[in-house]
This record gives sequence, structure tokens and C-alpha cells, in this order.
Amino acid sequence: MTLIQTTNLGHKYRERYVLKNVNLNINQGEVFALIGPTGSGKTTLLKLLDLLEIPASGRIYFDGVDVTHSGGPRLEARRRMSFVLQKPIVFNMSVYDNVACGLRWRHEPKDIVRQRIESALELVAIAEYKNRNARSLSGGETQRVAIARALATKPEVLFLDEPTANLDPVATSKIEEVLAHIIKEQKTTVVMATHDMSQGQRLARRIGVMMNGEILQVGSPSNIFSSPKSREVAEFVGVENILGGVIIAKDNNLVTIEVNGSTIQAISDFIVGDMVQALIRPEDITFALSKDISSARNTFEGKISRITPVGPLVRIEVDCGFPLLGVVTKRSAEELGFSVGKKVCASFKATAIHVIKRWN
Amino acid sequence: MTELWQGLVRAIELLISLDPEVFEIAGRSLLISVTSCSISALFSLPLGGLIHFYHFPGKRFLISTIQTLFSIPTVAVGLFVFVLFSQAGPLGGLNLMFTPVAMVIGQVILVTPIILGLIISALSGVDKAVPETAISLGATGFQVAILTLREARYAVLTALVMGFGRAISEIGIALMVGGNIKGFTRTLTTAISLETQKGDIELSIALGIILISIALVINLALSRIQQR
Repeated sequence: MTLIQTTNLGHKYRERYVLKNVNLNINQGEVFALIGPTGSGKTTLLKLLDLLEIPASGRIYFDGVDVTHSGGPRLEARRRMSFVLQKPIVFNMSVYDNVACGLRWRHEPKDIVRQRIESALELVAIAEYKNRNARSLSGGETQRVAIARALATKPEVLFLDEPTANLDPVATSKIEEVLAHIIKEQKTTVVMATHDMSQGQRLARRIGVMMNGEILQVGSPSNIFSSPKSREVAEFVGVENILGGVIIAKDNNLVTIEVNGSTIQAISDFIVGDMVQALIRPEDITFALSKDISSARNTFEGKISRITPVGPLVRIEVDCGFPLLGVVTKRSAEELGFSVGKKVCASFKATAIHVIKRWN
Repeated sequence: MTELWQGLVRAIELLISLDPEVFEIAGRSLLISVTSCSISALFSLPLGGLIHFYHFPGKRFLISTIQTLFSIPTVAVGLFVFVLFSQAGPLGGLNLMFTPVAMVIGQVILVTPIILGLIISALSGVDKAVPETAISLGATGFQVAILTLREARYAVLTALVMGFGRAISEIGIALMVGGNIKGFTRTLTTAISLETQKGDIELSIALGIILISIALVINLALSRIQQR
């Protein structure tokens, strides 16, 4: 069931549109992640959905009611939602009083207030700090207070704006644990904005990719990461091999694409003569020292042009007449004796290639 | 230097001996200043909130005007209140001239720009995310305003203390519309002026020290609250 719906939603700051024609449906109980680079409009969209700002154009429906402009229903709808800001602010009072704010503003009875605060503080594991001034807490603890404060009101929708953007890895992992628990146990509808696509993948069931104020693609995490609809989305979700070419042959849905004088084979519905881009994820490329080992349809010989260590992995760039980038483990790179200038064979399956239309 | 030292000794003597006249003058000064600051705060708080939270044409100009009035001369206010309440004035029939009430009215006019202006500054100093967070937690406009005021409480307190400082140390209004009547409208500042004119420098210094001591106690109390 659709809980939040937007139609042609647009917003501008000082005559500059920061959100354009956003049509979005958020279903009850789902976890939806908005991913996109910084400045793509994620926060603005969350603020509009939480009814903190009035859109410049379009409409917002909450539980079937138009809450775009009207006063009374907006407060009523807003009280069914909660928002944890990117840099959460805690009020200059105790942790307990911070968490109590939303409940007191709703004039909840005292015993309910106490009970809800205690359970919210337990949930985010900061019950022992309840009498401390919230301003004296660390970044991770502050984030947890903000989450507890948002959860205490038992919202039907929880908006999270970059919930771990300013935190160290340990605090990030703790917050993600808390969020995963909330998602699992409380069945709250969660809409989160993040520039960390892997976080979106870990927590959300559906993802929307935002760029330049527009939602470019909505789908399941696997759909978004394996079949990006455009070059921009592909680049954002980590597809680093984007090869422009033209389809020169087709056999059923196996197409042959000419790229810089070489040919690669892929599965696609495009027809001969179509200008396309072949998207290949680095992790789908395998390397060997000779051509015979691979059974993949696409195998190219080339020289290693660059080796970059990234944590436990190594990024290998190979010049095969066109550049290809893959990743191997450090151990594999050592065993195969990879070095700049060494000849290697890079292979990838026809099914590992996602083909999209090329517009220029 | 001798006079200053003697003044200090005299002040201590007057305080220790609980000199009734000195205490009466100091008490009246305190009462008039506290009353005028309280009255000013009573409407400056909501008015400051309205000016801060609402956007309207001329808002910037209004704030600049309020800030300009920070340094309005006390004699100018005194003259205004004098004209207002003198027998020939529009409110002359109220017979408030040379009464503590007229002094309070004058001081309210004097301290309101300071208290109001500093309250607006205090509210502007609150992180913009505070009202936004409150709205997202379901607060009404009034609840947001109360929370924002609460967040700005130390700066608001400073505004009140600044207003009080201006009120208790002013002399123009006290002289012009109070008349320095013994036992009725005489305050610390008018008494200092009178005693200096009479040549009793020691008593003037003693009263001055008492005046500074009051300001010191108030400021220490404020620092104590802010350190909490």
C-alpha cells in the first residue's frame, strides 16, 4: 500500500531548481534508500516529504491525503513521521528531556512518556547517559540520541538523512546495527538518503538514484547495481568500464559490439547499427597469464598500465586497445606476478555486460 | 586618592551599620530598575520572537532602528516622558509626574530597545537546525518558539542584565521625571549627583561603590548560571 506519493514534485532555492519532476511512491513498511552524490537533492526531497518545506511545484500525498500546502493536515501528517537530520542537533538539555520533546509536544500522558523514552534509549543503547546533557556527547552518541528521539514518537515513517555521514567506522557500524534492528523489529517505513551506495544496498529493499535534482532510476539494489539505466547512474554505482561502441552483428540476443576496432559480445535487445555503451563492473573481469584458460566469450590481451592497491584488493588497469579495469586480491596479484608492462589476458562473460543506449 | 579611600571606608561603614537611608535609596533604585526591566521583558520576549520568526518587509530596517536606539540619551527619554506627563502634556491629567511610576515608564522606554534588540540577536544565534528539528518532531509554531527561546536562554538572560545595567545606572530620566524627592523618588544615581553638588564626595563615592556592587553581584550571578 502506498503511504507517500509525490507527483511532479519540484523545488527551488533562489530561482534555481534543485528538484525536478519527482514522481515517487513509498510503500508502507518498506525501506527505501535515496542514493546520489552530494548536492543531488536528496536532503531537499526528504525535507519536502517530511513536510518541513513547501514545494515550488507538484503535490505530496500522505496516506491518500493531499498535504502539499494545507495547514492542519500537515501537522497531523508530520506527527506521524520523524526525521533524523544529517548533522543531528540535540537540544541543550538532558538526553532524557531531548527524547521526551516530541512526546510532550503531543501531550502524551507522563507514564507513556517515561515508558517510551526508556524503551527508545534501550533500543539505541544509551540508557546510561539519560541524565547527561546531550550536548556533552560524542558524534555517534548524539546520532543515537537523535534516533531515539525520532523513534520515541513511534513514527509510521522514519526519514534518515545520511545517518552515518560524519561518523567513524565503529560508530557507523553501531548505527547500522541499530537501524537494521529497527527495520526488522518495528516494521517502520524508512526513507533514507545516503551517498554511500553500499549502505543503501545493505539496508534498503528499494533504491532511487538521484542526480541533479532528478530521480534517474528506481529499483531493487541488485537491479540498480547490475543494470544501471544511464552512464551517470552506472558511474555512480561503481561501473568503471564504460565502453562506447556500435552493434555490428546480432544472433538472437547475442550482439557483437565494435569498440575501438575490437569486438566484444554481449546479451542485449538492441539492434545492428545502434550506438551503445557496454557497462562492465570491475569485479566481473578476470585476469590470466594465457588466453587458453578462460571460457568467457570476451578475452583480450593487453599490457598492465597501472596497479593501484585498495585495502586488501588491487586495481589492475589493462590497455587492450581500449582501457579495462578489474580488481583482484593482493595475493592473486602477487602469485601471478603482476607488474606494470606485463602482458595479461582480461576476460569477461557476455552476460556480465549491461548494454545501454549511447546518446552521443 | 584619599577621597576614594575614604569613600570606600564610608561605603563599608554604611553597609555594616545598615544605614536606613542608604538602604532605602538602594532598595528604591533596585525596585524601579527591576520593575522596568520586567515590564520590558514581558513584551520584548514575545515581540522579539515575532520579529525573529516572521518575515516581513522592512524587517532589516526595523532591527537596525532598534539597535540604533541602544544608545538613545537618557535625557532625551526623560524629556519625552516629561512632555508626556507634565501638567500641559497629553497625559498630564494622570498626575504621574515626579513619581516612581513615571520613572519606571521612562526606564521601560530606555531599556526596551536594548532588551528587544539583544533578544532578537539571541534568537538569531540559535542554530537554524533547532527549529527545523523541533518541527520535524511535531512541534507547533508556539512550541518551536518556546524551545528556541529556551535554547537562547543564556543570551536572553544577558539581554535582561544589560537592560538592568542601563536602567540602574541612568540619571537623566530619574532627575527629569523623578525629581530626586527624598524618601520618594531619590535613587542611587540622583543621590550621588546631589551629594557631589553638596560637596559630600565621600558619601557620593560610597553610593557609587554600592551601585557598582549591585551590578557586580548581578553579573556574578549571571556568570554562575551560564557556567551550569
